[in-house]
Amino acid sequence: MKFGIVTFPGSNCDYDAYRAVVDQLRAEATYLWHKTEDLEGVDVVVLPGGFSYGDYLRAGAIARFSPIMRQVVEHARRGGPVLAICNGFQIACEAGLLPGALVRNAGMRFVSDAVHLRVENAGTLFTSGYEQGAVLRIPIAHGEGRYVADSTTIGRLEDDDRIVFRYCDPAGAVTGDANPNGSMRGIAGIVSDEGNVLGMMPHPERAVDPLLGPPDGLPLFESLLARMAV
Amino acid sequence: MKHRVYRIAVHIVPRAGLLDPQGDTITDALHSLGFKHVQSVHVGRHIVIETEAPDALQAETAVQEMCEKLLANPVTEDFEITSAVPV
Repeated sequence: MKFGIVTFPGSNCDYDAYRAVVDQLRAEATYLWHKTEDLEGVDVVVLPGGFSYGDYLRAGAIARFSPIMRQVVEHARRGGPVLAICNGFQIACEAGLLPGALVRNAGMRFVSDAVHLRVENAGTLFTSGYEQGAVLRIPIAHGEGRYVADSTTIGRLEDDDRIVFRYCDPAGAVTGDANPNGSMRGIAGIVSDEGNVLGMMPHPERAVDPLLGPPDGLPLFESLLARMAV
Repeated sequence: MKHRVYRIAVHIVPRAGLLDPQGDTITDALHSLGFKHVQSVHVGRHIVIETEAPDALQAETAVQEMCEKLLANPVTEDFEITSAVPV
């Protein structure tokens, strides 16, 4: 089982994702330069955080035209897992892998903090290692993380249990105060229709080593590993 | 047919009704400067494109398509195209 971590010009969480997979998960990983059209047979594609193409035009708008994205979209169409984190989530939305968009935080600030997330659906490829309703503590670091979509899309996400994580308080209550960016319905992460693409603004790859706080992001990677090994 | 170069401007603004924190912040700043009558401010992008086309209409049609495919996000933004002006 091999993870492929895509590096765009301006990606800055690719190294963290690599280390999370190799050091903590003890699985295989390789970097995939955005100019390549070869996924090198990886099982899981990670679109990491950062500021691809300097966030020119809109966050993620240009990265989706990188040569590798054709292959990533094809991989996703075949049912291959894609883990899209932070800027990766923005890219996945721009590329049409996920519905909706991520716009400027309601509070106008770049927010870099550890936040609480509630696991809303522990039945996905990415979350089977969590208890349903578990409260995680995971860092965020973004200026444009407010998830928006039209009401039809939001309704469909709710009805199909595709909202995987919501921002919550330490006790697990989804409140306005616990929402760091004004995302609709407190949405922090969603999956695609087929469940194989996860987009999330928080950084699970930064919460995998007990030295740096609770390793609440590790079960996400372990869930993938367990599912792919079957 | 001989092509010529047209200049076309595109205005992109946040979709009406969507929270626009940038615009709201500027509204507050204008109020504190004494511009009490300001009702709202919306911050968008202004893009100027020079493109070759057989005529103005085709230049505008091409820019319309550019907006739909890249320049504006259909989920969150509205756009307007100005008339093509020969350069």
